[in-house]
Parts: sequence; structure tokens; C-alpha cells
Amino acid sequence: MCDTCGCNLTPGNKHLAFKPVARGATAVSVLKGLLAKNDDQAAHNREHFDRRGILAINLMSSPGSGKTALLEATLTALKNEFTCAVIEGDLETENDAERIRAKGVQAHQIVTGTACHLDAHLVHDALHHMTLDGVDILFIENVGNLVCPASFDLGQHLNVTLLSVTEGDDKPAKYPVMFRAADAMLLTKTDLLAVLDDFDPDKAEAHLRNLANPAPVMRLSARKDLGMDAWLAWLREELATQRARVAIGQSRRPAIQADGQKYHRT
Amino acid sequence: MHELAVAQALVEQVDAVIDQHGATLASLIRVRIGPLAGVVPELLASAFPLAAAGSRMEHAELEFAHAPIKVRCQTCSAETEAAMNRLVCGACGDWHTQIISGDELLLESVELINDTPLDSPLSAHPNV
Repeated sequence: MCDTCGCNLTPGNKHLAFKPVARGATAVSVLKGLLAKNDDQAAHNREHFDRRGILAINLMSSPGSGKTALLEATLTALKNEFTCAVIEGDLETENDAERIRAKGVQAHQIVTGTACHLDAHLVHDALHHMTLDGVDILFIENVGNLVCPASFDLGQHLNVTLLSVTEGDDKPAKYPVMFRAADAMLLTKTDLLAVLDDFDPDKAEAHLRNLANPAPVMRLSARKDLGMDAWLAWLREELATQRARVAIGQSRRPAIQADGQKYHRT
Repeated sequence: MHELAVAQALVEQVDAVIDQHGATLASLIRVRIGPLAGVVPELLASAFPLAAAGSRMEHAELEFAHAPIKVRCQTCSAETEAAMNRLVCGACGDWHTQIISGDELLLESVELINDTPLDSPLSAHPNV
């Protein structure tokens, strides 16, 4: 117990702890986003992308829901159409970047050590190890985690959140911060639906709508090549939209921040 | 777990405010964190002393302002309170809503202390 960190405060004695504002203390109003420094860096990253007409996509999900498998299938399908590049985020190993490089695609691995998410500074450092000229789509595969990555803007234009059918269909209700941030939700491994009797894709979609999220929901299996066409068509459309935005000097932040400044009155 | 990263960002921001105002230290830091911000106030409160150790806000009190979740319906225009995983209109039940409060992650204000004695009009002028 001490008098400095507040560990001696209990609900019972809290009212006694009030101390009058010390002489010479002045209150300063700040009203700035707590993650302003990350957000500034993210805006800078976004400028890098916009200057080159790149569409940057942040892939988020639980570990093991098939982000890397989706990327492998996507990169193979788009091989002759676009130049893609990938940033991989994991706590350890270069494994995922090696899987991407095996497809002949430029990949940079960020090893976060113990950090549970990527932030804008980590992505910026990664960009300095990459050749961005000529790249059409940059995929950023975030650390597998349905909690922390949602709070950090990386400079991407779109968030894509994966939910594999081996997880519960109520994941959007359990992790609302993450799924509210999705610009598209992919239900993955749908080939397994036949042997699972407890995942209802319609329910998963209903839980997403309960978060007031109008994002498209696509059902696919990267391994069995099911439903990939809708996903690839969505990517083509979003790349065209990004190029149109860049042509008129505009950009786009991912879903989670879109409403904020506009609707908050404080 | 990312609350430590948020605490470090908070310390950097408060540090900048202390510099801007030429103050000595911060005594009170008031933040507003909505349930939808993805940051748990209790975890931030326990991470803060680690991030602030040795800094000019080491002994500052961290205060949290309440930010209830409120949505505005795009269909019926009602403004209602909502639950974290049910952001639908409380009046008509439509899910086409906009968050108007509850996703804030803001440094609202800081109380600063300046130990350097200011020139007081009552103190004797050196030339008198």
C-alpha cells in the first residue's frame, strides 16, 4: 500500500481521497484522440499508398481462420491481372511471408515479439523494406487476434474481417469492436459447413447487422475454390474505386473511423 | 494487452501538453473512453503507472469520463442508448444507425502544475 499509485483507495474510502486542486494548477482542455501519434503515422502511410494509387487492405481475424490461405488463393487468381504485395504480422517466425513468396509475390514479415497487434509505425518501417512502385494492391495480414488490431489505424483503406465456420456464428456479437470495423466480412472454410451443424451463416450475418454494419458478407472456401469469384470481383471494384478517389485527390479511412468525427458533437 | 501501448501514447501526449504550456508536471489526466473504443479503462489504469514511471505525470491521477453508447437512427431519426453488440435503434429496431457516442478514445483535459515561481505583482521589484 502506498500513497502514490492509488492502490490504497477502496470504494469505502474513495470519498476521503479528494484533494483540492493544488495552488498553481491549471486545467488545460486537450480533446485529442489518445492514439493521435499512431493516427498521424497512419495518415502518412495512407499518403504513401495514395500517391502510388495503391489499395491497402488490412486482414483481421482469429488465429487459424485462414488469412494466409485466402491470400495464397487470391494472389494465384490475380497473378496475371495485378501486382500485389503483402505485409505479414506474427509474433514469431517468417513462415507466412515464405508461403507468400512461394507464390512469387513480394512479402515482408513483421515479427512483433509479444505485441498483439500491428501499429502504423511497424507498418511504416515495413514499407521501407519494400518496393511499392507498380504495386496495385497491398494486403496487410494483421496478427491473428479479434481484440487489439481493431483499435489501430495502419493507413489502410479497408478492413476485411474473416470468420471461419469452425468458429461460432456469434463471434460478431462477442467481438463487436472488431466486427464493427469491418468493410467486408468473409465467412471462410465454407466447404466444412456440410459437416458442421452448429454454424448458421445467416445468423453470423444477422449479428453483423446488429452492429449497424452494412458491410458485404461473402461466403467462400479458399482451399476448395468456392465463392472466390465474389471476393475477387469485390477487390477489383474496390481497386477501381480507390483509383477514382486518388484521381480527384481523395482518400478513405476504414469503416471504424468514418462516422466518428462527423457525428460526435463533443 | 494493447492497453500498455495506449498508456504509452497517453504519456507521450500529456508530455507534449506539459511542454506546450511550460509546466512542471501534470497532476490530473482526464480521458474519455467509450465501450466501443476497444480499450478497457481498468486495464489502462493499471498500465498507466508502468508507462508513466519516471515521467512528469508519475503521480498524476487518471480520471475516466463516462461515455454511454448512443445511436441515431437513419430511418426514424430517434437517438437512443444501445448495447455494445446491439447497435440497433431503440425506438424502431432498425440497424441502419450511426454511433453518436460510445466509441471515443480521447484525452479530454490535463491539470498542470507549475513549480517555477511566477513573477507576482506583489513581489518587490529588484530596482525598487
